Order: sequence, then C-alpha cells, then structure tokens
Amino acid sequence: MNALQPIIATDRLRKYFGAVAAVDDLTFAVNRGEIFGLVGPDGAGKTATMRMLAGVMQPDRGTIVIDGIDVVAKPEAVKEKISYMPQRFGLYEDLTVDENIRFYADLFEIPARDREPRVRQLLDASGMSQFRARLAGQLSGGMKQKLGLTCALVHTPLILLLDEPTTGVDPVSRRDFWRILYGLREEGVTIIISTAYLDEAERCDRLALLHAGRVLYCDTPSALKRRMPGTVIVITSPQGREVRAAIATAEGVSSTIPVGDGVHAVVDNAEVRIPQLHAVLQRADIVLTDITLGEPSIEDVFVALLKDGSTRQ
Amino acid sequence: MNGNHITAPQIIAEGLVKRFGSFIAVDRVNFCIGRGEIMGFLGPNGAGKSTIIRILCGLLRPSAGRAMVAGIDVATDPEGVRQRIGYMSQRFSLYRDLSVEENLKFFGGIYRVSRNQLPERMRFAIEMAGLKGREKDLVSTLAGGWQQRLALGCAVLHQPPILFLDEPTSGVEPTSRRRFWELIHTLAADGVSVLVSTHYMDEAEYCHRAALMNLGRIIAVGSPDELKRTTLGGELLLLEGENIGAVLIALANAPGVRDCSVFGNALHVLVSDAESSLEQLPAFLEQQNLRPRRIVRIHPSLEDVFVQLVASDMATRRQAA
Repeated sequence: MNALQPIIATDRLRKYFGAVAAVDDLTFAVNRGEIFGLVGPDGAGKTATMRMLAGVMQPDRGTIVIDGIDVVAKPEAVKEKISYMPQRFGLYEDLTVDENIRFYADLFEIPARDREPRVRQLLDASGMSQFRARLAGQLSGGMKQKLGLTCALVHTPLILLLDEPTTGVDPVSRRDFWRILYGLREEGVTIIISTAYLDEAERCDRLALLHAGRVLYCDTPSALKRRMPGTVIVITSPQGREVRAAIATAEGVSSTIPVGDGVHAVVDNAEVRIPQLHAVLQRADIVLTDITLGEPSIEDVFVALLKDGSTRQ
Repeated sequence: MNGNHITAPQIIAEGLVKRFGSFIAVDRVNFCIGRGEIMGFLGPNGAGKSTIIRILCGLLRPSAGRAMVAGIDVATDPEGVRQRIGYMSQRFSLYRDLSVEENLKFFGGIYRVSRNQLPERMRFAIEMAGLKGREKDLVSTLAGGWQQRLALGCAVLHQPPILFLDEPTSGVEPTSRRRFWELIHTLAADGVSVLVSTHYMDEAEYCHRAALMNLGRIIAVGSPDELKRTTLGGELLLLEGENIGAVLIALANAPGVRDCSVFGNALHVLVSDAESSLEQLPAFLEQQNLRPRRIVRIHPSLEDVFVQLVASDMATRRQAA
C-alpha cells in the first residue's frame, strides 16, 4: 500500500433515515497517521458517518475504502484494522476497571503476556493506575471515557474511530485523553475523532467542518482560520452593551458578539478599524480597557463561513 | 456591568457546606452575584456545581452556612425561592410531542403565570425564540437551536429575577449558540441575574465573571480576562513545527519552562518569562537539532488557566494531606 495514498477515502457517501438526510454526498480523505476531526453540531451527520466507516451501518449510496478494502462490500474484512469507540462504549459497570480491560483483551484475543505492559502504559497515561480495582460504575464521566479508550486500545489498531469521546468530560481529563491520542499518533495510528466542540477541533491535524450531512470545509485548523472573511478584534470594556450599540453600525464592522469582558467584533481590516473604533468609543464617552487584534476561533470561522455560504447559494 | 463592584447582590452564599455522609460535596463556599450579572461556575464533574444550584433552588438543605436568593433564605422559604427563579437544563425539558404553544401554556401553569398575563408573556417568549408563525408546530420538529431558545422562553415566562442555566448550549449549532448568548446578555441587561454551570470553557467566555471549582471549593474567581491575565503564574508561548513529540520531551528540561501541552502540530508552553524564553528556547532546542518553525507569545485560553489551576490545587491538597 502506498504510504502517500489516503488510508481512508469516502466518495459521495449518503445515508437517509426516512426523508431525513443524515449524511448527504459526503466526500473526504484521511492521510496515514493523522488525527482527523469530524466537527459539527448535533445532527450534522457525525455519528452516522462513524458507523458507516466502522462497517456497522450500510450507506444508501457511495463508497468507503479503508486501507485498500471496500468497506461497503466487505464490512467484516475491515474490522481487524479498526477499533471503534461508539458514544456509549459498552463498559460493565459491575465489573472493576481491571476486569473490564481483561474482558476486552479476551475479546480481541490478545495473548496474556502482551497485555500487562500495554495496559500499564495506557492506565499511566490516563492517570487511572490507582483505580484498577474500582468498579466501573463508580468512576466519574471522564474516567469512564478514559477506561473506554483503554479497552478500545488493548489491541493496537491501524485505525481508531472515536465518536464524541469527550462529551461530558472535564478539561483536565480531556487533556489526558488527547495526550494519549498524540502518543498513538506517534506510533503511527490513524485517528478519526468526532466532536461537537469547536475548541476541540484546534487539536486535530486536519478537520472537516460538517453541516447538515455535508463537508462545509476541510483543512488544517490554521488554514481554516486564514479563510475567515475578516478579522476578529477584542474590545475589553466594563460597558459591553454600550460598546455594541456604538459600533454595531460602524463602517467595516460585519458582526459583534457580546462576551463577558466586552465585545468581539468582526471587521474587514483591523489596522484601519481599530483606531477608528477607538475614536468612536472615546467620542461616546465609553470606558475602554483595551482594543486589540484577536485570534479567530474555529467557532468564529464556522459561523462566518456558514453565513458566507448561505449568501452565496 | 462590571463584576468588580457588585450592585444589589441577588444571590449570596456564605460559608456554604453540603455533606453527603462523609463526602463533602460543597466545602465552605462564598460568593455573590449582582443584579444583571452573568456568573459562570466551571469545574469537572463532581466539583460541586450542581449541588450548589440545587441548594440555591431550594431543593437541598445546606449542611452549614447560608444562601440568600432574591433576598430570601433558601433554608427557611424554599417555596418562595422557587417562585423567583427560572431553571433551564441541558436537556431543555420540553415536551417533544406537544406544540410550541402547548409547551408554553404548560410551563405558564407550572410557574403560575396569571391568566391575564399569560398571552403577553407567551408572545414575548415566541418572539424571543424566533418562533413566530410556528406556534402550532410540534417541538420534535424543531432544530436544536429553536428548542433551546423555546426552553429559555419557558424558563423566563414568569419573569424571574434569577435564572439558572445548566450547560445550556452543549451540542448546539454555533450560529444558534451565539443567538442564545445574545438573548442571555439582553436578559442580563434588563436586570436578570444569571448563574451558568458548565465544564465547557468557551461558554465561560460569555460570562461577566467565572468561578473555577474543584472538589467542592472555589479555587479562583474573576472575569475571563482577569483570570487569563493573573492566575496562570506564567506566560504562554505557542510553538509550531515538525517533530513536536521530540520537542515536547526536550522542553521538559528546558530552563524557565513550567508546563507543556500538545495541540495538533503545536505546543502550548507555559514559561516564567515569555521574553527571555523567546530569546533562549530556539538556541536550547538547536543544541538538540530541533528547529521549530515558529515560536510566538499567545494569550492563554480559559482552558489553559483551568487546567493549570486544578493541577496546582491538587498539588496543594496532596501536600496538606
């Protein structure tokens, strides 16, 4: 297999549930050894896509090729290459952490002597080593997700499919989780992860922004940010409401967003607009702590591109 | 609306404690929330956020301390408190097989909105949610963003001066999410005090002030900007380039580096002094044949702040134990 060829490629994938399109002409490719994000709100088609990639759901139309295998024709053949962690991973709540891991190791037919080093490494990385004897039902949400990941990884898959693994997981556990994923990437595992959290998208190598079952844009996080029409400026002020009123209709301002410390504004040209807006706010006698160039978030980009796309149609 | 000088506190918690057997869910917590202020409670699962909300709603009696909501002591008059609050959970608690109008009527009944006020309040909620013309539609046919705004409409039908939001925007489409926060800011500007509990840091950015919680205690409180500027105990660099794994390992022994975390092909590096690290790190890495493409100073995110504060709180507790 050519290392430069995508390890996963979908072509015009489609899945309808009745009259509702869950996935609609979805085309994307994932490179070997990258962390690829399927990013979008609830209902964007993330879970349906994951299920089709895992070979547990048949598409209505379109093709999926994983490492040279036609998944639609031979869903069973792909299963040894992938490890799939669905949103609700089947943990046995009345078994301990160790017993759950042993169960999955048996399922994946991992020889007993290969298990312990792998398991120890995974539990260390997730900070769960001291909880091996605890019942899974008594773990917090974040720890359950980490245990699910450990179980999914007792065998080293070529491809790891993670469907919203961090939903309901706190930021500290989320960082542990990502540290494990980066470790796997170093080992050459290709990872597809879906998430509804746009701030999480920043951590992927490349991502597809999904909307209504389609790929809106697909690129690296920094390239996506460069596509943002306009620039974000951050205005810090105790009088956020007054700031918004004063600048909402100012020249070059395309949108304003109220935040806790003031206002974020999207403008056509920051260099020109910052001094102009500064003057406007001063004239209006508004207390201004700071006005400065901001870094757009993936959410800013998503919102701006959606708006852009809908006006183009 | 500056959180630094709170006017007319609507919620006051003094030495609040809640024990469940030997487990301390809330541990001597103090805070107050002003009129028209949006206050976020951030923390991992089990930090005590929902326990605090349940106490403030009058559903749980505190083991010690006192909580006042809209001037009422929650321990002595929980019923009076419930008349003055609106509550919206992440699951929206709407009846999916009822229409928009029927849901509003139902909640109007629960919140005892008077018969002559109800039509006017329903009009307000429908307009706020952007659901004009869809009054007869079943809730199950509405997209998430509309359901969310309808749930908010239901929660404020009785014009409560205080609103509790429990992870209100998880999984909602970004454009709808922004509209939702616009509404919250409008309500706050009209004097409603809002308490938001969440573990998603980007929701906290919309709050006037945020309290970070860990294991039942508030470990930091301030506006998002204040928290980012003052609590990190260092400055943050962004480092981009190839071979990030090797750079990460090398930086563990670099002078002035306190912490590192990976973001895709980049690292966030916490250093004591950004200026001197910007000068020294390239040479330090060069010695190990590592040449990152770009090192720049960046503003920390609330997540950076949170992770750092929780880690140092854990370390302090371990030392104390």
